[in-house]
Amino acid sequence: MPYSTVSGRRRGRKMPFRPRYGSCYSVGRARTKGADPIEPPDREDRIRGKLGSKPFFRIRRLGKANLLRRKKGSDPNFPLTRLSATPCLALVGGCAEVQSAFAPFGAEADAVRVLAIAMFSAAAAITVGVLALAAHAVRRDEGIGPRGAMRVVLWLGGIGPTVLLAALLAASLPRMQPLAAPAGGLVIAVEGEQFWWRVVYRPDGVPPIETANEIRVPVGRAVTFVLESPDVIHSLWIPGLAGKVDLIPGRTNELVVVATARGRFRGVCAEFCGPSHALMAFDVVALDAEAFDAWLAELARPAADATAHGRTLFDEYGCPGCHVVRGHFAGTPIGPDLTHYGARANVAAGTLPMSVAATSRFIRDPRELKPGARMPAFRDMPRDDADAIAEYLVELD
Amino acid sequence: MRAPALPDQDDPGVRAAQEARLRQVWAPPRGIFLRWTDVNNTAVGVWYTLTAVGMLVFAGCLALVVRAQLAFPGNDLVSASTFNQLFTLHGTVMMFLFAVPIFEAVSILLLPQLLGARDLPFPRLSAFGYWSFVIGGVFVAGSIFFDAAPDAGWFMYPPLTTEPALTGIGADIWMLGLSFIEVAAIAAAIELIVGVLKCRPPGMRLNLMPLYAWYVLVVAVMILFAFPPLIAGDVLFELERMLDWPFFDASRGGDPLLWQHLFWIFGHPEVYIIFLPSVALFAMIVPTFARRHLIGYPWIVLAAVGTGFLSFGLWVHHMFTTGLPSISLGFFSAASEAVAIPTAVQIFVFIATLWAGRVVWATPMLYGAGALAIFVVGGLTGVMVAVAPFDWQAHDTYFVVAHLHYVLIGGAVLPLFAGLYYYWPMVTGKKLSDRLGRAAFWLIFVGFNVAFFPMHISGLGGMPRRVFTYPEGIGLDLPNLVSSIGAFVLALGIAVVLVDLAMSPRRARGSRNPWAAGTLEWLARPDEHWGVRSVPLVESRYPLWDQPGFVERHDEGRFLLPDAEEGKRELLISSVLDAKPLLVGRIGGPTVKPMLAAVTLGGVFIFTTFHLWIPAVMSAALALAAILWWLWTETSIVPEKPMKHVGHGVMLPLHSSGPVSPGWWAMVITMTADATALASLVFGYFFYWTVHPEFPPAAAPGLEGPGRFWPMTALVLFALGWAATIAARETNALERVGSARACLVLAAAATVAAGLAVLAGPSSSGLDPTVHVYPAIVWVLAIWIAAHAAIGVVMQVYVLARSAAGRLTPVYDGDLRNVAVYMHFVAFGAALTLALIAFFPERAR
Repeated sequence: MPYSTVSGRRRGRKMPFRPRYGSCYSVGRARTKGADPIEPPDREDRIRGKLGSKPFFRIRRLGKANLLRRKKGSDPNFPLTRLSATPCLALVGGCAEVQSAFAPFGAEADAVRVLAIAMFSAAAAITVGVLALAAHAVRRDEGIGPRGAMRVVLWLGGIGPTVLLAALLAASLPRMQPLAAPAGGLVIAVEGEQFWWRVVYRPDGVPPIETANEIRVPVGRAVTFVLESPDVIHSLWIPGLAGKVDLIPGRTNELVVVATARGRFRGVCAEFCGPSHALMAFDVVALDAEAFDAWLAELARPAADATAHGRTLFDEYGCPGCHVVRGHFAGTPIGPDLTHYGARANVAAGTLPMSVAATSRFIRDPRELKPGARMPAFRDMPRDDADAIAEYLVELD
Repeated sequence: MRAPALPDQDDPGVRAAQEARLRQVWAPPRGIFLRWTDVNNTAVGVWYTLTAVGMLVFAGCLALVVRAQLAFPGNDLVSASTFNQLFTLHGTVMMFLFAVPIFEAVSILLLPQLLGARDLPFPRLSAFGYWSFVIGGVFVAGSIFFDAAPDAGWFMYPPLTTEPALTGIGADIWMLGLSFIEVAAIAAAIELIVGVLKCRPPGMRLNLMPLYAWYVLVVAVMILFAFPPLIAGDVLFELERMLDWPFFDASRGGDPLLWQHLFWIFGHPEVYIIFLPSVALFAMIVPTFARRHLIGYPWIVLAAVGTGFLSFGLWVHHMFTTGLPSISLGFFSAASEAVAIPTAVQIFVFIATLWAGRVVWATPMLYGAGALAIFVVGGLTGVMVAVAPFDWQAHDTYFVVAHLHYVLIGGAVLPLFAGLYYYWPMVTGKKLSDRLGRAAFWLIFVGFNVAFFPMHISGLGGMPRRVFTYPEGIGLDLPNLVSSIGAFVLALGIAVVLVDLAMSPRRARGSRNPWAAGTLEWLARPDEHWGVRSVPLVESRYPLWDQPGFVERHDEGRFLLPDAEEGKRELLISSVLDAKPLLVGRIGGPTVKPMLAAVTLGGVFIFTTFHLWIPAVMSAALALAAILWWLWTETSIVPEKPMKHVGHGVMLPLHSSGPVSPGWWAMVITMTADATALASLVFGYFFYWTVHPEFPPAAAPGLEGPGRFWPMTALVLFALGWAATIAARETNALERVGSARACLVLAAAATVAAGLAVLAGPSSSGLDPTVHVYPAIVWVLAIWIAAHAAIGVVMQVYVLARSAAGRLTPVYDGDLRNVAVYMHFVAFGAALTLALIAFFPERAR
């Protein structure tokens, strides 16, 4: 589906947009030459947004083909988006997708995949065996007699399953022990909120660094996620990295993971949490350890200077009442931290690819994109103002 | 007393006169309105079944809209809000308004025939259950047409659902509408248990019971223990929503996980409550088509009991992702895998029976084979999700959606269709079309697999359940499109079945036992409402095959109770273990009272949903009046003579009280369910104690405990009320009626005082239930006990009035004995609860 339907037109209560993903994702194990697919499109691409009814000046000046109209997989930088679900039909054939338990980039997910392959194979064999036996039983003219029949019940119904299940339990019990959290290792506190993710990095000996809707992890180092929720139950699920763990108000859960491959992936909320449960995704980027350290240092720095007009409007419309832009606005951290907003790949927790247009649209009517979103709408805000604020935000990287 | 001479059953004239009397006694009421006052199981069972099938079709249509929305990524057929209502209502209706009711409906319809009984012991209770189901069902299901349906998934996890700002009236509709239905479901379970235990024909010892009856017993007992925790949860839930008592609010000491525990202590047995009755249908169908007895009868009975037992120890596997310690994971993983063993035993019993027999192929067997194929896959994916590490990936994804549909459609819907094709001739006298049946089967089977198999892939491929849309290009597009196509093929198959059913009235009647089955239900004649012509003497599990001349002897009234000479509807009540005839029970005929009770009681729940307090209170008063009118005029009627001849020289009493009577059993079973609900609330109390380092919290205004004086005073008063009730029972039996009445007055006074003293505890110490969960749970326990005291008082006054009116005598004292049973349970529950809130845990000083 081309992107042109993102026009902001509203059709009653229906969902007026078609989220489109994949353009900025790729998978470490199958990377091709060319631009590094881990990083989102460069800054110019981000700023050139999909236009509303009123074109945005920067687009006119650049005058290039509308990036966002590109077809799936047509961009040579992102060849893997061409992959469809078809390979998945081979069940476990290593389907390279950004949000799939079949395509692990973490130690735990990989172990579960091995377990799953074993169980699927056994299940297929058992299914075929039972059905073949049932067919045989129905077709046979002369029966086996009550004693033989009782032997079938005893061995196939009683002893056989008991042995198989005991073996499965023995094999799976060690996997139920969670990975040990390394002393002094990186802690990332994640809070699920309706309908976005607050992410706070707590490296040893450094003040915590807050961001939102994107989690970066170093390859090869154990990371502890500390999971909490201030509102309703959510569940953090990064299928390629590890199984899911719930975020429950009043409780603190932990999940220790080790990424094993570089790449840009995707995670979602897996526990129904309200109207926009389906639109509560986030990006997961696994970086080499050094690259990660460099990136974290970059994240810790306050925002650089930015467009004066949008920055003023941001203040005038009261945005710092809920958002922090470190270095610009101390703000109240009710909503997502926007200090490096423009460096993220997506708008509104994985709902739309990052662009000025998408940001502007979200500012003016968040619930049009995300039903039930907590952010108030600014429908009376002139489009120019919204665009200016969006431009300011997108430049924050 | 000497038995009168046997009626001459060889004389066709005598037989015709008997049949005419039976026909008149069991005649259904006629007329557009009056016909709905019928209470006979053959009428209520059919209405119940058809209504439940209607719910299946309704919920299936909701699913089709869901699948249409998900056919393409980013589809905008329905809004997020509508979608969330659709999937919530789909799950809710399928679970609460189809799966459980259809078991009760089919059992109400079949059980008396299977046991050679004329009806169930409490036919008016069946009617009450049915009308409650209709009212509650229409209320819950209809909410979607007003954009007011529940929208948080069928397990309604707080705090999303308890926060009024986040969830609209839908949550109240779910809680109150379904609570009403759950009460009706428990009522039906009680009736089915008593039916199996007390209404068997002479000779049918427990080990000769048809397997369906065994499964009914197991499943109904499961309902008895599974539904009360949910009802207790509903109570806490509604108190939080309506009065802001913070049971699930973490900021005030509550815990959202308590709901998950209470819900899944219900929810997992629920799966087996749905699945086992379908196995029971298999157990009736397979021997018929294998042309032999079922192999391994004791094995399958033990497997059914074992499944039911184990199913109460697995609930935590629905909570593997909530952050449990490894030891819990290991235990519940093991238990969840273990339940596969009795399931495998049951499957192989059927395969072994077919293997040992000479199989005659027919449409019901086709559905049975399809069910087996689908259920085996669902069972195996069930073992997979029992493995905690795998479940962490699969949980809350479409993999689980696929798993549960494989289990429920393979394990419940297809066997039910097998049962439909099998039993339709028994109910209507006409076979369904084999051609349409086969066509429907293949559409359903292929459509089902096309719809649900790809969900295994989309689930592990990254699709969480309950999403109204999904992104394009991450591997979910194709499996979803395929699933949607399959769903419509499946729906087409169901439509063909419905067409087949709709064409049935125009078809000609066939033979009486078209499958040549060997069990008692095939004695039934669709044109007669009396159930059995005479209550047979059973010597085999398959009497129609094994007892020569069985059908003729039955038809000629040569067994027991072949007549209705007093013009009353009568049942043979037998002993629990060896089915010796004990008495002739008289049951009610057509009456509007159960319907009236259901309507007024439904009003209480519906008005409460909309916070219409005055109509709700008025409706409650009317409901109480309707129930009392029903009880007063229609139950425990003093018979015109003490004994009756039922044939073959057997004289049986017409009335009894205590453990011989069905009413006593019903009271014991009801109070077991009630005690389970109280135990669930007590579980909540201990749960909060375990999650809080300091419970009760440090003393502060509104947090002072109930003290010890008032709870202990209440305890003494309860003991007095209980002792006085027992004294009333004993003095009444000794024909000292005056003393008995005086004891009842004393009992009522003590019970009133006990109820007030229970409330005085938390009230005098100023416990504020909105401040913290500790005062809230103490208040709930106190109110629960006080409410039981209030009901006890109504009962004590009722039996006092019955005694005064001459409707309760030293001999006919069933009501008084039942009230004594009630008081046993209440006094015990009060002692436990009051001691708990007074002494545990010791407050730090």
